Amino acid sequence: MLAGTSNNKLVVEVKEMTTRFGDKLVHDRINLNVCRGEILAIVGGSGSGKSTLLREMVMLQKPTSGSVRVLGEDATGLADAPALALRRRIGVLFQYGALFGGLTVLQNVAAPLREHTQLSHALIDEIAMMKLRLTGLSPDTGALFPSQLSGGMRKRAALSRAIALDPELLFLDEPTSGLDPVTADALDELVLQLKASLGLTIVIVTHDIDSLWRVADRAVLLGDSCILAAGTVAEIVQSKDSRIISFFQGPRGRAARGIV
Amino acid sequence: MTCGVFLHSLPKDRRQTLAKVSLEADVLRGSGEWTVFHLHAVEQSLSNLSWPGTGTVQIDMHDVSALDTAGAWLLHRTAFQLTQTGLSVFIKGLSPKAQTLYEYVSRRGGVPGQLPKAVRPGPIERIGRSGIEELNKNIGLLAFIGETAATAAPLLLSPLRVRWQMVLRELGEAGYKALPIVGMLAFLLGVVIAYQGGDQLRLYGANIFIADLVGLSMLRELAPLIAAIIVAGRTGSAYTAQIGTMKVTDEIDALRTMAITPIEWLVIPKLIALVIALPLLTVYADIMGIFGGMVMANVMLGLSMPTFLDRLVEAVSLQSYLTGLGKAPVFAIIIAMVGCFQGFQVAGSAESVGRQTTISVVQSIFWVIVIDALFSVAFSQLGL
Repeated sequence: MLAGTSNNKLVVEVKEMTTRFGDKLVHDRINLNVCRGEILAIVGGSGSGKSTLLREMVMLQKPTSGSVRVLGEDATGLADAPALALRRRIGVLFQYGALFGGLTVLQNVAAPLREHTQLSHALIDEIAMMKLRLTGLSPDTGALFPSQLSGGMRKRAALSRAIALDPELLFLDEPTSGLDPVTADALDELVLQLKASLGLTIVIVTHDIDSLWRVADRAVLLGDSCILAAGTVAEIVQSKDSRIISFFQGPRGRAARGIV
Repeated sequence: MTCGVFLHSLPKDRRQTLAKVSLEADVLRGSGEWTVFHLHAVEQSLSNLSWPGTGTVQIDMHDVSALDTAGAWLLHRTAFQLTQTGLSVFIKGLSPKAQTLYEYVSRRGGVPGQLPKAVRPGPIERIGRSGIEELNKNIGLLAFIGETAATAAPLLLSPLRVRWQMVLRELGEAGYKALPIVGMLAFLLGVVIAYQGGDQLRLYGANIFIADLVGLSMLRELAPLIAAIIVAGRTGSAYTAQIGTMKVTDEIDALRTMAITPIEWLVIPKLIALVIALPLLTVYADIMGIFGGMVMANVMLGLSMPTFLDRLVEAVSLQSYLTGLGKAPVFAIIIAMVGCFQGFQVAGSAESVGRQTTISVVQSIFWVIVIDALFSVAFSQLGL
């Protein structure tokens, strides 16, 4: 495999990547690395291109120029077959869950297993059930349809589906948005636990500063089409850059650090 | 390359990729990568093993090179099932990392074999439920028509409150943009009728009566029907899909909270637009249908166009024309009502939008044809 050609510790490498939508410059030659086993948070205000960056890393969108390597493979110019193989090794949690409305929760989680493995239906259902339990859902939830779930349960069910194939790399788009503080805390806890016990590498797109402090090993702050800061959260908040200060030193940012 | 926890840092060529198990005496030996993509071989061999009746089974996982949650679960499930049959199970050879994963999965993953049971009611209950459901839906449609009428009545007195801009937009969508397809199909229908009828008429030397045949059948029946069926498929379905999607994304509720009645905002403009558009489309279909018949009569029977038109005026009374045209507004009301009602019936998911759209088209075409039949009976009773 191509894994040998690049640094094995880097799971995602974004190099000199530029994204343009018409006249609007979204990313201006940005560079970004994600190391194996870490939780990297991508933060920034609304419209700063966080979600676009995530979509480019999961191969849903192509950057205008520059390269994106995911798990050692060039994600920007992959043929169909290797792209499918690569996609089976990553899991994505979408902001609104994106659960299939016509399937029950259990069928949703079992869907990738049925498509990509040759295990028996009984074992697949059991594995799907186990994933639901790992994300803290009760067995009865499996028989419900997504429209019958609350927001927090839907996120958990979607997370179960994202880890159905034991991905090496997990992308979470706004995992805590739209959740009450208690549920958001529980979801953060869950992400940490999954990382600790399954050895996952996780990329989180968020604008929840509380969550940032709790789960992220490292963070990058997007703004003005480029990366304003990268490092641990504690390092970033020390910065004197006014744009970074305005993001972290507002009342919410201060409250998240315990300074009131 | 695979996912999960790698237990040994063996060079790649020495690593056994295929997951395997073998049973020697009372030791079950696992090897290879116990990960979700390779696990099926293990699952199959496990079901073919003949286990000892009593005593202890050791599961030796020393040669397993990678383990993920699916592999850990299969191990947990195997151990669980063996314990259920009265055997004692020992698992050994797991690396510390794999041991942690195994413990996490077996502690948090629950009891193997426990799946949620979908509650399925008995046949009698299902018949009863679907009967009541159907009844409620039909009552719902009637209630919807009533509600729309009640909303529309005051608007008749103050027509300025109608959103005419929306009516115009809907009119363009439902009427103007349907012109090519309605014209095309009506023309072809005229051709087909002239062609089929012309053959028979020629046998009796009654060529001139082709104008009667095409004129009466198109104006009284076929043109209003074909226009209504096309509009039901094009526009009725669009109404259901639009309102249904708005329902899924809470836009309907948003209207309600802004003190805007969804019926006044969404349904009334569509209803007015369709009641105007469908009769106009019917007139257009009349013209195109007769034109099609005329062209065919000329080609096949050698009937010149002026002769055809002269005969047409004699054969078709104004009354016949108006009975055909008069049905169009009724069809328009049916299509708009069913289309909008089915849109409001959407609940929950994108799939529901698709289902209601299908129901909407089938139902509106069904009712258009049923009402058309009723009209025929009524007109013949009245001697029209």
